[in-house]
Amino acid sequence: MRKFKIERKFVPLLATIILFSLGYAYGAIQYEGMRDPQAFLNLFTDNAFLLITSIGMTFVILSGGIDLSVGAVIALTTVASAHLLEKEGLSPAIVIPLMLLMGAALGAVMGSIIHFFKVQPFIVTLAGMFFARGMCFFISLEAITISDPFYRTVALYRIPVFGSFIPINVVIALVVLVIAMYLAHFTQFGRTVYAIGGNEQSALLMGLPVARTKVLVYTLSGFLSALAGIVYSIYLLSGYGLNAMMLELDAIASVVIGGTQLIGGVGYVFGTMFGVLITGLIQVLIMFNGELSSWWTRIAIGLLTLIFIGVQSAFAASGEKRRKITVAARKKEKGEVVDYQVKSISFSSMEETEFEAFIRSNW
Amino acid sequence: MSKLSWKHLRDSQLFWPVVALALIMLFNLIFIPDFFTLEIKDGHLFGSMVDVINRGAPLMLLAIGMTMVIATAGVDLSVGAVMAISAGAAAVLINPALGKTLIGSDKLVEDITATPLWVVILVALAVATLCGVWNGLLVSRANIQPMVATLVLMVAGRGIAQLITNGQIITVYYSPYFFIGNGYLLGLPFTLFIVLGVFLFAWLMTRRTAIGLFVESVGINASSSFFSGINEKNIKLMAYTFCGFCAGIAGLIVSSNVKSADANNIGLFSELDAILAVVIGGTLMSGGRFSLMASIVGALIIQATTTTMYALGVPAMAASAIKAMVVLIVILLYSEQFKDVLGSVIERKGVQPS
Repeated sequence: MRKFKIERKFVPLLATIILFSLGYAYGAIQYEGMRDPQAFLNLFTDNAFLLITSIGMTFVILSGGIDLSVGAVIALTTVASAHLLEKEGLSPAIVIPLMLLMGAALGAVMGSIIHFFKVQPFIVTLAGMFFARGMCFFISLEAITISDPFYRTVALYRIPVFGSFIPINVVIALVVLVIAMYLAHFTQFGRTVYAIGGNEQSALLMGLPVARTKVLVYTLSGFLSALAGIVYSIYLLSGYGLNAMMLELDAIASVVIGGTQLIGGVGYVFGTMFGVLITGLIQVLIMFNGELSSWWTRIAIGLLTLIFIGVQSAFAASGEKRRKITVAARKKEKGEVVDYQVKSISFSSMEETEFEAFIRSNW
Repeated sequence: MSKLSWKHLRDSQLFWPVVALALIMLFNLIFIPDFFTLEIKDGHLFGSMVDVINRGAPLMLLAIGMTMVIATAGVDLSVGAVMAISAGAAAVLINPALGKTLIGSDKLVEDITATPLWVVILVALAVATLCGVWNGLLVSRANIQPMVATLVLMVAGRGIAQLITNGQIITVYYSPYFFIGNGYLLGLPFTLFIVLGVFLFAWLMTRRTAIGLFVESVGINASSSFFSGINEKNIKLMAYTFCGFCAGIAGLIVSSNVKSADANNIGLFSELDAILAVVIGGTLMSGGRFSLMASIVGALIIQATTTTMYALGVPAMAASAIKAMVVLIVILLYSEQFKDVLGSVIERKGVQPS
């Protein structure tokens, strides 16, 4: 039996979890409404689509990229599906797979341009965002209400959980989370993503399928954005081109607050869930407070992101120092010249079993 | 034309942007007959071309600031939010209601200002510059990645703007303020002179002093610049400060143009437009060599595309899809890999006949 010691790399994740717990405890003490288990479950209900998108974003950020198109892809999915359902009278059985295919295809195109033409992810996904937003308004200038019976049934269906209830959307989000965790930590794909984020050059030299993985990461993000779009259209029962405005920022903020480093290679999908919950919690706290205006949400999320980034960079700096020292010490032992430019690929890609243990102890 | 000067021309950073602009203009010449008609009404010049310049002024200003930031291998995502902040500050200072107290509507729409106009402009620009300083400090002193550091203000900035305007869309009724965005000087839009002024200032600072060289040096390699005795931190700080300042002016122009300050919508997505303008202008996102003039042409390309879309009757929001395609093509043209593919195709064609 190993003595329980908090791994250094789990500290940001733990900080996020503790912050969320403290925040929620504060809310529960202050406001009676938040003591209701339903209020807790509503955090998931209201942010199911954000969680799904953020999971996709986590993979992209872990690989060292960024995807700014997610909000626009969600909007496009809501508009396109609403149009196909209402105006064209297609069945959801056709529309939903079609939407998922569309999201994945958009992601794949962006990923291919990023990888094969070596254009910055930032620029390509920016163009993708403009493209998707614009396409929304080619389809429809007005909001379309969805009256499809299948969507309505799904939207209204409630699954009882300990006397409270959750809609199907939450179940979808949680299933995605579990699959994503499996993908990230137990498959070759996940490890390659971490390796690319740590150092793409090394990943390539190690013979990892960098090209395929990078394109797949953006495909996954596009696919999950489309899925989030479907969840969003079920949640709102309408499609409109201005839906999910600035959602990409919330998603990035959630990922960062969840402990993933924006430089790539370090972070956990599991943390993203707490990042999303914290963003949701801020909204709920400000709503319960009643006096603060809703725009404080943005300021709070911005500040929180800043704090987490600040802590991360301080953390990374000290970690880098330690790593350099150990590398230097090791090299000195061998009598080699100390090279301070050594960049090792992310350690987290190699220590999966420990994460496994961590997750088990927390479930 | 001799071969040498042709190559020289083609290697210039300005070449491709100008070609792209010319192509768009050619398209307009063929498909929109009255695009190039200029007429003089009340001593002012009117026409689609003037419109491109007038509407494109905020974007050109942002592009100038953004060029400096991108040249230092950074990026400023907060310019849109900074525009909203500066517009909000100006509107609150002008409007006697100060965005808080309720007053009668007759008093609200009076053509007066609560603060002298020069104070309004000064404060708005100072606030915007301060935002730039904040970004600069985060990037240069706290060593946070530029994209992330400015993302913070991008997220929080609109909240701050809402806070300033108390969540209201403040309408301005003070007519001298409108001159900034709508006025005419010597028959030309006043905004053109603002852009010219800022451009000349930036050009003189970067091309007639060593600052431009320092900026490029920092963009290419910050640490080696540091070891060469360049204060890379201050150069970065300066670039972000200047970018904030430019965003402030752009915010004033936009709010003066629409005669109101809407914290949610002023400068929405303009950071993206500004970055695209710079990238189209051929300044690499990885920093280094930059050209202010090329960025201006980049901004004109974006604005001309937008105006063309409107002239063709494409809805405002839908136009962005076409804009995205144009931008993507331009960016692909710049990509070395794409050039290689294109080059190999052309070469093969050339080889085949023999």
